[in-house]
Amino acid sequence: MPNIRDEHLYRQLYRIRRVEEEIIRLYPSDSIKSPVHLSIGQESVAVGICSALAEFDVVFGTYRGHALYLAKGGDLKSMMAELYGKSGGNARGKAGSMHLVDTAVGMMGTSAIVATTIPQAVGYALAVQMRGEKTAVVVFFGDGATDEGVYSESLNFAALKKLPILFVCENNGYAIYSSVESRMPDANFCERAESYRIPAVRIKSGITHEIGTAAASAITKIRNSEGPQFMECLTARWRDHVGPDEDRIWKYRSDEELDDWIKRDDLAAIGESLEPADRSDIEAAVESEIAEAIAFAEASPFPGDEELLDHVFR
Amino acid sequence: MCSAESSSRELSYAEALYEATRQEMARDDSVFVFGLGVDDAKGMYGTTSALHDEFGAARNFDTPLSEDAMTGVAIGAALAGMRPIHVHQRMDFLLLCMNQLINIAAKTSYMFAGACKVPIVVRSIIGRSWGQGAQHSQALHSYFMHVPGIKVVAPTTPHDAKGCLIAAIRDDNPVIFMEHRMLYGNRGIVPEADYEVPFGHARQLNEGSDITIVGISHMVVECLRAARVLKDIGISAEVIDPVTLAPLDIDAIMASVRKTGHLLIVDTSWTMCGAGSEIIARIVEEIGEQGIPKMKRMGYAPAPCPTTRPLEDIYYPNGQTIAEAAHQLLRSGTEWSAPETSSSEVLEFRGPF
Repeated sequence: MPNIRDEHLYRQLYRIRRVEEEIIRLYPSDSIKSPVHLSIGQESVAVGICSALAEFDVVFGTYRGHALYLAKGGDLKSMMAELYGKSGGNARGKAGSMHLVDTAVGMMGTSAIVATTIPQAVGYALAVQMRGEKTAVVVFFGDGATDEGVYSESLNFAALKKLPILFVCENNGYAIYSSVESRMPDANFCERAESYRIPAVRIKSGITHEIGTAAASAITKIRNSEGPQFMECLTARWRDHVGPDEDRIWKYRSDEELDDWIKRDDLAAIGESLEPADRSDIEAAVESEIAEAIAFAEASPFPGDEELLDHVFR
Repeated sequence: MCSAESSSRELSYAEALYEATRQEMARDDSVFVFGLGVDDAKGMYGTTSALHDEFGAARNFDTPLSEDAMTGVAIGAALAGMRPIHVHQRMDFLLLCMNQLINIAAKTSYMFAGACKVPIVVRSIIGRSWGQGAQHSQALHSYFMHVPGIKVVAPTTPHDAKGCLIAAIRDDNPVIFMEHRMLYGNRGIVPEADYEVPFGHARQLNEGSDITIVGISHMVVECLRAARVLKDIGISAEVIDPVTLAPLDIDAIMASVRKTGHLLIVDTSWTMCGAGSEIIARIVEEIGEQGIPKMKRMGYAPAPCPTTRPLEDIYYPNGQTIAEAAHQLLRSGTEWSAPETSSSEVLEFRGPF
């Protein structure tokens, strides 16, 4: 018999998947005036990790941030309006898909420059430690970000200061179309973290429950002031690096590799474990919420010309 | 403009920076200092000495040699409500921080429509003399002036060093705070109480009627030397210190140029695409084609800085060369060799750093 937890996870996974499918449906209309880096296929990482967090915990993410934004509780209406470039958006249309932010739920702004949010998350954790707060900081980044020098600098400093931060490497195997194997001699993400004395776990399955359980354990250690923790979550990007399309035509990975991940889709697996009536209720509620969010975005006005120079300075 | 208090207490530029930091750390728990060497025995030339003894090791701490990540750490701490001061012994190292400063710090407020702010102060010291050479002498203010969302401050006097640093710490925006190693020993009257020198207000340091000379950072000192030489031959030079470069008080410079009809800008950096280029462009745009004043820029020679003394001496403008350039602007066609001026802070410097 499925528990409430499965229903919660299913709702989260389904909501993210359906929001992005709607983005794909809307994209040819040119209503969404922003590049989109879809999370489809990677939802279980954000949902699993965020299932272990409190609302007051803080997350930093990347330009592939829709899943994290929604999993952390970011407002869907303002996200859709932001994608439309409308004044009802989180940043009144100045941010688009790549810079989603909702500080009210601990979703810090995302960045289009790979790895830049990693040291920021470390700095946030430093502030948390200085003030003696119980907040946990989580930073999500791709395997590509670990190529950057600032990644190693950040791990070192977080370990040195025993900061309350969880590093989450969403390893989808590719930086755009460049494979991990073409970029490093050994895909030993956990070993590299452990060399800084940061405990590390590797979750290969993509199963949301497994990710959530490991995250809960890591967050407990962080709240007990045991210092930074590291998780590598294997996952797969089903769509192209950027844009709404599939990317099989570019032949940078085999169809079998992708199909294996699609076959193991955790959204489908959890959905099948639910009572059909419960599942329908969840899906109907999500569909209705998405329709409302799209309507909100469409009705929201564009920002006025007078807003061009607002917020350059405080 | 801030009026000096009746107190006649004198501090050096370095002591003024220390006092500003200490007072702000005492006033506001969210202020902390970090950077390579801030808590060592030398204490960043005395400007951060023993702050860790007074305020705890967590509020004045050494860092790994990780300028990129440490800048991100400053930004992240600021996002969490802190007011970090990140200190660099030389401004050249800011080139390792550019990704975080330009791509993140300068854009965060705008990109998130004010949902986040980044109140960080990046202190950086421009080196000169005793063989600092190509990589320890650069002044990079024009890099930052180019970018919306970031403030650039370059105080010259101990009074302004203290007041600008306090204003920078209290500012809700990222501030690049430029200091010059040759100014560190300068002494001047500094009020004991805390005070802010507001950004965007230039100072007139020497009133004059024939030519406006704008100096930036340490070059203000050389411009004042030039003004004294010029006075001896009957040229009245008005010397202006912009104090802050972004925002830039172009109105004060404009008013002076309208009065004198001549402008010489002496930068502590190269002239190409520099602060002087911006000032001249703004003046031309404002005044229009009719009645453009005679103008000239001076700055570093267009080369990396050499270490050897004879070449270093001619690499920088000095009181003599500035006076001669001013004379040339005013009385072109007449020959005049200015007397040598002595830059004691440069000549006496033995650093070694």
